[in-house]
Amino acid sequence: MKKEFYERIGETVYRETLPNGLPVNVVSKPGFAKSYAFFATRYGGMDTRFCLDGNWMDTPAGIAHYLEHKMFDTKEGNALQELAKNGAEPNAFTSNAMTGYYFDSTEKFEENLKILLSFVSVPYFTDESVAKEQGIIAQEIRMIEDDPDWQVYARMMGALYQKSTAKNHIAGSVESIKEITAKTLYDCHKAFYTPGNMILTVVGNVDPVRVVDVARSILPKDCGPNILRDHGAEPEGVADKATERKMEVSMPQFLLGFKCAPAAAGEDYLRRSLIGNMACDLLLGESSPLYLRLYGQGLINTSFGGAFEMMPETAYLYAGGDSRDVKAVAEEVKKEARRLAADGLDRDFYERVRKAAFGAMLRGLNSFENIAVSLTEGHFAGYDALRFPQVFDGIGEEDVLAFIRDELTEEHAAMSTILPK
Amino acid sequence: MEKTRTKLAEGVYLTRLPARKFKTSLLSAQFMTPIAAETAAAQALLPAVLRRGTMRYPDMGALSTRLDELYGAEIDYTVRKKGECQCVGFVASFIDDAFTPGGEKLLEPVAELLGQVIGNPVTKDGRFLPEYVDSERTNLVDAIRSILNDKRDYADLRLLQEMCAGEPYGVSRFGDEKSAQALTGEQVYETYTRLLSSAPLELFYCGSASAERVEAALMAALSNLPRKAVQAIPQSQCHTARKEVKRVTDLMDVTQGKLGMGFTCGSDDFSALMMGNTLFGGSSNAKLFMNVREKLSLCYYASSLFHRQKGIITVSSGIEFQNFQKAYDEIQHQLKAVQDGKLEDWELEGARSTLCNAYATIGDSQSKLENFWLGQTATGRNDTPEALAEGVRTVSPERIYEAMKTVSLDTVYFLKGEGAEQ
Repeated sequence: MKKEFYERIGETVYRETLPNGLPVNVVSKPGFAKSYAFFATRYGGMDTRFCLDGNWMDTPAGIAHYLEHKMFDTKEGNALQELAKNGAEPNAFTSNAMTGYYFDSTEKFEENLKILLSFVSVPYFTDESVAKEQGIIAQEIRMIEDDPDWQVYARMMGALYQKSTAKNHIAGSVESIKEITAKTLYDCHKAFYTPGNMILTVVGNVDPVRVVDVARSILPKDCGPNILRDHGAEPEGVADKATERKMEVSMPQFLLGFKCAPAAAGEDYLRRSLIGNMACDLLLGESSPLYLRLYGQGLINTSFGGAFEMMPETAYLYAGGDSRDVKAVAEEVKKEARRLAADGLDRDFYERVRKAAFGAMLRGLNSFENIAVSLTEGHFAGYDALRFPQVFDGIGEEDVLAFIRDELTEEHAAMSTILPK
Repeated sequence: MEKTRTKLAEGVYLTRLPARKFKTSLLSAQFMTPIAAETAAAQALLPAVLRRGTMRYPDMGALSTRLDELYGAEIDYTVRKKGECQCVGFVASFIDDAFTPGGEKLLEPVAELLGQVIGNPVTKDGRFLPEYVDSERTNLVDAIRSILNDKRDYADLRLLQEMCAGEPYGVSRFGDEKSAQALTGEQVYETYTRLLSSAPLELFYCGSASAERVEAALMAALSNLPRKAVQAIPQSQCHTARKEVKRVTDLMDVTQGKLGMGFTCGSDDFSALMMGNTLFGGSSNAKLFMNVREKLSLCYYASSLFHRQKGIITVSSGIEFQNFQKAYDEIQHQLKAVQDGKLEDWELEGARSTLCNAYATIGDSQSKLENFWLGQTATGRNDTPEALAEGVRTVSPERIYEAMKTVSLDTVYFLKGEGAEQ
């Protein structure tokens, strides 16, 4: 087992890769009452087309999320209840590129870890149980569809991407989930829930040797195949410049997206993520000239903000919020990007944003979930997320400026708007 | 390291929660005042206006610049309701001394800045700047309206408004749209001078600095507050049960219906009600989740919340419109099951563990610690999370059933789609 101490952020991580190919991370957190376990597969809403045993399969939108719901069923009953009986707080989420199962607990940690590892690695579905879940997930989809924040985001992704499965709705639609059967769920589990495609991360005051022993005793011996995926060949250019919809909202809201060039796996991926986020802060963060001016004019309120997001073969930056004049705000964002590209960055402001960005990342280490998810994302994309201070050191003003100049352009932009009825 | 509470000035108390395990420190300053329909909006607007600028850092740009220099320190304004007390103020968070790259100490400069925001806001001719008041009033009105965007929150709020109509607890933490819309700069400034001189001010610190350093930093930062006759922290009154169940339906263009049900509790056995509520609908092991969602697939969510400071339980669920009666009957049926003690041993043990786990992990989060002790302070309680866990651990099943038998339906709220059949 390898032990690594990250001096600049005060974290210690124990690492070991099991003979079956599963990497195990244990982040030591003395002094905390709870321990947190996160078991994740590199499989999410965008992985609908893939090759299993030599055959390319097209699976219904929403299947990874459906599988997540059904994994909690066990031959004996339901793992959610098993964990809750021990006072653990279990849950799971499906994102575009990952499905993660987790719990935190203050007692019986080892017993809970065993439950987590077994229910995620041993599928148990029947046609009846799969059919029954349809009602619950259909209600979840309806609830999401009523949510303007989700609508504005999903429609922006649909406008940015022409072919890429990055625009898939993670939960699918009420129609698409009707095609899901026990057989398709078993196929997907077989393809993606293998030690070679997964990672276990534990954060807490636990013995790393025990964690590795438990994982070794419970999980399958085979690494599993490397599954080819087809996320769709994405052409240059956005699918639509603008999309608009009316809903029961109190005021207009919008997201302006910029489709950016994706980054290769490895530490460059982390570097690019930091650059994109700094660009976002410089362009429209709370201390940016743009934010202060628009806030002062009453064109935006505290809902205004943005982020830079990355997933396999995909990267985009977006900005938005509520505004009485969404078109004017979107134009101002584009104009500010052009101004920065032409005039360059203010030196002092750049240094301050850099300090603040570092502080924000350090603050993120208070959250066990955030540590575990970051390490997992890093593993799937080939970098060590806890090396962010070193990667920060290697970023210069010119890198961020180049990003703004090359990526935040008119031809990369698409606008999604929700208007009150 | 134990929690301490120290008096710093007239009606100003510091609760210190020592901890070395976090990357950050937290500093909070909260004015505690009665929530009332007439004053809620003005009191909610105040911290937003104060956060716009101080005499030294007179606009958001200057304030943000200063915060960026302090490694992205944050000072957020907060408006919370704890029982029938409205808590308005600021929560600051900044990197703990051990982790600043240059070894800088941030407690003192952040406390100083917080003191400036509270005690030395930018004013002109003895008033707040009209443009700050105007723009924050607009934001407040937007925030009140935007509750509509999340139909779950909206339905939960509407249920409380209807159930506790005429009581302070029925007033939303932001106040109502009409009062917010009508606020003038004078009113906000009067509110400011009133809170500054007479509202109890509760301070919280969680981090690694010594008591001496924290007290010295805060005394220096808040030395000029014009404290006069300080009011007592307002206490909640219990909800009086209705003789007849109140029923309210709202129509809106939505695809999912929301059913809310409010219950009164006649018992003051706190531990028993906490357990009873957890068994009824307070966890993913609870009767509501297991039956209304898992067994009958009637909804995506169905849960209950025990408002301990007010002695009521509310149920929140999202359902298909046509399932209204089924869900309504099933929720009552499940309450009856808890009252009749139709519970397996594992359900009781699961609920106990769930609550004990929740209490044990409060100390793992600075914001949970601050929020917990603010709630305790607002209700005049001093029980630690450990003591509450002990209460839950020792409560007998019989006490739980007895307490839950005093729970009765008071108000039913239904958010229904326009044109939906019932």
